[in-house]
Amino acid sequence: MKKILCMALVVLFAVTALVGCTKKEPKDAKSKGVMTHAEYMAAEIEAPVVIETYVQAKQSWWENKATLYTADSEGAYFIYNMACTEEEYAKLTPGTKIKVTGFKSEWAGEFEVAEGATFEIEEGNYIASPVDLTDVFGKDELIDHQNELFTVKGLTVEAMDDGAAYWYSYDNSGEEGSDLYFKVKLGEEVYTFTVESYLCGADSDVYKAVKALNVGDTIDVEGFLYWYNGVNPHITSVTVK
Amino acid sequence: MKRLLLTALALIMTAALLPLAACHGQKGLPEFRMPEAFDDAGEYEITFWAKNDTNITQVNIYKQAIADFEAAYPNVKVNLRLYTDYGKIYNDVITNIATGTTPNVCITYPDHIATYITGENVVLPIGGIMDDPDYGLGGEKVRFDAPKRSEVVGKYLDECIVAGEYYALPFMRSTEACYINRDMVEKLGYEVPDVLTWDFIWEVSDAAMEQDSDGNYKVNGQKVLIPFIYKSTDNMMIQQLRQKGAGYSDDEGRILLFNDETKALLYEIAEHAEKRSFSTFKISSYPGNFLNAGQCIFAIDSTAGATWMGSHAKHHDIAQDSIVEFETVVRPVPQFDPESPKMISQGPSVCVFNKRDPQEVLASWLFAQFLLTNSVQTAYSQTEGYVPVTEKARQSPEYVDYLSREGEDDDLYYSVKLQASKLLLENADNTFITPVWRGSASLRDAAGTLIENTVRSVRRNEKVDDAYMQKLFSDVTSLYRLDGGSGTNVGKKEFGPLSPTAKTLLIALAAAWVLIGAYFGRNAVKKLAEQRRTNSI
Repeated sequence: MKKILCMALVVLFAVTALVGCTKKEPKDAKSKGVMTHAEYMAAEIEAPVVIETYVQAKQSWWENKATLYTADSEGAYFIYNMACTEEEYAKLTPGTKIKVTGFKSEWAGEFEVAEGATFEIEEGNYIASPVDLTDVFGKDELIDHQNELFTVKGLTVEAMDDGAAYWYSYDNSGEEGSDLYFKVKLGEEVYTFTVESYLCGADSDVYKAVKALNVGDTIDVEGFLYWYNGVNPHITSVTVK
Repeated sequence: MKRLLLTALALIMTAALLPLAACHGQKGLPEFRMPEAFDDAGEYEITFWAKNDTNITQVNIYKQAIADFEAAYPNVKVNLRLYTDYGKIYNDVITNIATGTTPNVCITYPDHIATYITGENVVLPIGGIMDDPDYGLGGEKVRFDAPKRSEVVGKYLDECIVAGEYYALPFMRSTEACYINRDMVEKLGYEVPDVLTWDFIWEVSDAAMEQDSDGNYKVNGQKVLIPFIYKSTDNMMIQQLRQKGAGYSDDEGRILLFNDETKALLYEIAEHAEKRSFSTFKISSYPGNFLNAGQCIFAIDSTAGATWMGSHAKHHDIAQDSIVEFETVVRPVPQFDPESPKMISQGPSVCVFNKRDPQEVLASWLFAQFLLTNSVQTAYSQTEGYVPVTEKARQSPEYVDYLSREGEDDDLYYSVKLQASKLLLENADNTFITPVWRGSASLRDAAGTLIENTVRSVRRNEKVDDAYMQKLFSDVTSLYRLDGGSGTNVGKKEFGPLSPTAKTLLIALAAAWVLIGAYFGRNAVKKLAEQRRTNSI
């Protein structure tokens, strides 16, 4: 009986230990009153939202308004023209945890925290790893990854209408320093990708890399899955194979 | 010792003030004097900051204009810098005034010039130069077929008067237009009138909101519909106020925007925003995209956006398969009194910045003048729903022929674009501009923000009542610093941040004052102590 009891206890301990090992603590448990990413996505347009998230990249600052790409371990957010002084903006380095209070909005298909949100910096740091969306491009579920840092591999650079590998602005009406537009083919689909000049200016590696592309090059890219009347990725890195 | 200390302090202060005066506001540039003759021997390089509507054809017209001008003046090189946003040009100019690196020629708005001229001799006043017999408009020594002053549309030229002086030439003019999906209006049982009224547009927009049991809007069979979208809500408020005869601002810069009529207009806008029959560009995106997708009935945007409007628009940035087929008609913006229509006059002007070398300024002036030649005026006006600013170009056979060919194709003769241009030509006498003074650009922003905030608040289920309006007026006044009274100290941002050098000098100046204060303070205390001691004895 003693032996059976001992064995039962050993089994119980072992099972408990195993359960303990497989139970995954959320990387960033939310504070009281803060939405999970799923709750944020489920919120109605113009509903008040409070999120805790981590700065992944800064797009721009102007007249005390900051635009950010952010993420937590559950998903990503785009924060448009958040109230932010220049001094505060300097503190928003990649990885910085912020609590953002504002309203959810949608602009041309892009879900975002609307202009005028406020924020406070919190303790914590997190940088998201790019999610590989090579097999997801062209599928309906792509939108589930909106604003995430992503990678797509094995793209072929397609010619713009005039045969060039890239254009300054969408119709080539820009110049050095303007957004870069280039087309890539994945499977049978052709997509237009953008190097957003506020996010990655003319001095950035990706800006230079895109300008060095040739039609027919095979490339891997990394960027943020921005949306403008459909997918409109903002590319942050290009690697020629 | 005392004298020595005071002298030292005075020197520090003078040293600190001199560079400040020189760097901030670019003081010290000499007033421009017209040279006796243009110098053909020297080499001149000038910079032209140009705005385009993200339109490659417009960019190519600028490039051609530069090439043609350089052919006439081979010793002048014009460098082109492209912008697609007036606000960005404004901010860059402000920054460059502080550093003395303004462009030579710049596309601009008179509202912006009002701020630029805060610096002494920064922008070239052209009132007298225009009439110079040699190098003025159409002057004898000008090497191209420039319009004479009398050939520039007087009303547009007068729009370039700032603080009593001409500081710019008009370049193109446009107004706003209402682009209408006529099919949907008629499906709802209405006819599009020649002149829209606000009552009509609100009534049709509200009527369009009826949905079927599946949640589709009956008028378009889609899940998405915003019947009425306004692109520039600052213009919306300004035009509504003008049509009502209500206050906005006066020539002295007195702010009249925050009045009861404004409140009444906002209440009406709120009513339709609540029904979701009205929205704005800032809240929902480009009106043209919704219009072309059959998700909007009345899209109000600039006539300079006409090539983005309609089923057959040359430009669009939504998927081709989401564009629906419908008839587009173009009308002036809605009116309160259709018998007396009023609409805004807008469009780019061009100014010349002053420099130390009068020959460089003359070269810049000549290039600015070149932008008024028929070749540039007719070509650029045909890229969008613009109109030329010279009678010379308007009456040219080429332009007359262009206007007569409306609808021949969906490119150069695109019907919607030509309707938009004709709308302005026919309503030239019904256009107006708002008073220009330092800070008028901020007041314009404030007018739009009143509408944007009201619409947002309604969508967020906030109560829009008198208390709300009071707070809104107060918040917007504060945001745009409109409480200065007379417009001399108004604006979100008039000059860029001080340079580190200027900051250092200011700190030095403050330190000098602290030292002076400490010195005199110490003396005063000493004196007081001596006095007390004397008294106590």
